[in-house]
Amino acid sequence: MLPDDRADIFWSSYRGGGMDITGESVLVRKKFSEKFSVEANYFIDKVSGASVDVLSNASVIKDQRNQKSLSLDYIHDKTQYNLSYTDSTERDYISNTTHFSLSQDMFGDLTTVSLGFTDSRDKIGENNGGTNTPKVAWLGHAESRSYQGGISQIITKNLIAGTTVEVITDQGLLSNPYRSIRYRDAVPLGYSLGSQIYPNTHTSTAVETRTKYYLPYRAAVSLSYRFFSDTWGIRANTIELDYVQPWANKFIFEGRIRHYSQNSATFYSDLFPFAKSQNFVARDQNLAALTNNTIDVKVTYAFLPEGWKIFKRGTVTADISRIQFKYKDFRDIKDFSVTPAGGGFQPGTEPQYAFNATVYQVYLSMFF
Amino acid sequence: MTMQTSMKIAVASAALLLGACSSIQPWVKPYERDRLADPIMSWDRDAISSAYVDHIYESREGSRGATGTAGGGCGCN
Repeated sequence: MLPDDRADIFWSSYRGGGMDITGESVLVRKKFSEKFSVEANYFIDKVSGASVDVLSNASVIKDQRNQKSLSLDYIHDKTQYNLSYTDSTERDYISNTTHFSLSQDMFGDLTTVSLGFTDSRDKIGENNGGTNTPKVAWLGHAESRSYQGGISQIITKNLIAGTTVEVITDQGLLSNPYRSIRYRDAVPLGYSLGSQIYPNTHTSTAVETRTKYYLPYRAAVSLSYRFFSDTWGIRANTIELDYVQPWANKFIFEGRIRHYSQNSATFYSDLFPFAKSQNFVARDQNLAALTNNTIDVKVTYAFLPEGWKIFKRGTVTADISRIQFKYKDFRDIKDFSVTPAGGGFQPGTEPQYAFNATVYQVYLSMFF
Repeated sequence: MTMQTSMKIAVASAALLLGACSSIQPWVKPYERDRLADPIMSWDRDAISSAYVDHIYESREGSRGATGTAGGGCGCN
């Protein structure tokens, strides 16, 4: 069955690690028959500030990402097909993504099997100009192909479970041009910064398994676990627990906790012994060994239960998340250094970087 | 165990599994699925929010995939 017709207006804010990102989005989903529906989404991300490894390279960023997507769903018998196209544009990054998937209900609709394919083409640039006078140098391209398979199973009348596998292969310019390596050098600071060099291929596999249980009273609890592994030597584990509690047919309260951990990529180092010490070098904080923990609280208020004009009902949702990031081999060289003002830390002895982020989301959903 | 014996066991197992599939009866009847149809049992009630949260994590972690959303963008800064 196709999802309900709906229109959403969404606002979000992310603050943490020197970055301030505001997001605004509109989504409309409409069925044109019992078999065919269309969804259109427009998303704008406004970024100001920059993360610590970008700041340590003395760049301050102000940018905007515009993302447009169009998605078509078609149902024939027990098979649902989806085709979507997403265009994401920043001053220095353009990404075009095409996605196709199908899902099939079987065994008396107890089991749903899904298969998907995503093709993404990215154009990567670097803005060497000022905030208001951009001067973008286009550096290269990257292509990505993703293969997804999933199964969702009704186990009992209170319990469902599912597993998803996704393999992604990338090729091209895969490093972030704004981030730098550092290596020991005979200069007053004790280190210099240099360009990252990544392999130009990357393949990753992620497997997620999840289960959701309807409690003896009207509430649900779900648990998911994801294992990730890639050809750059990263292994990651994600575990998430959610609890959903409706109240008085007007409110839905939700709580979520998530724990994530990863080891570093094989060619990552916080401080290389000298320039060009190995073929591939990276000091992107995303490739460092890190953990993060999220706590999230969400409340949804349902209104217009009897409907109004074309609308059947409406909901408004507020969501607050706190995410705590801790790095194990990524040192804070922005705030600490060998200088007296920096605390007199020798290179490689600076405190490990950590930061907290707060994410707010507010959205209005009208169903019709 | 010889290769031939292994093959026979594999073929017999596959035949049994296929036979079992053809006679599977839904053990949770359609009229027993009212709880599973409750919106609180949905994996993903709000697509924009899920895609946004996935983008936050994907832009700050080394891992990606198997979360059910597709999208683009860099998150470079």
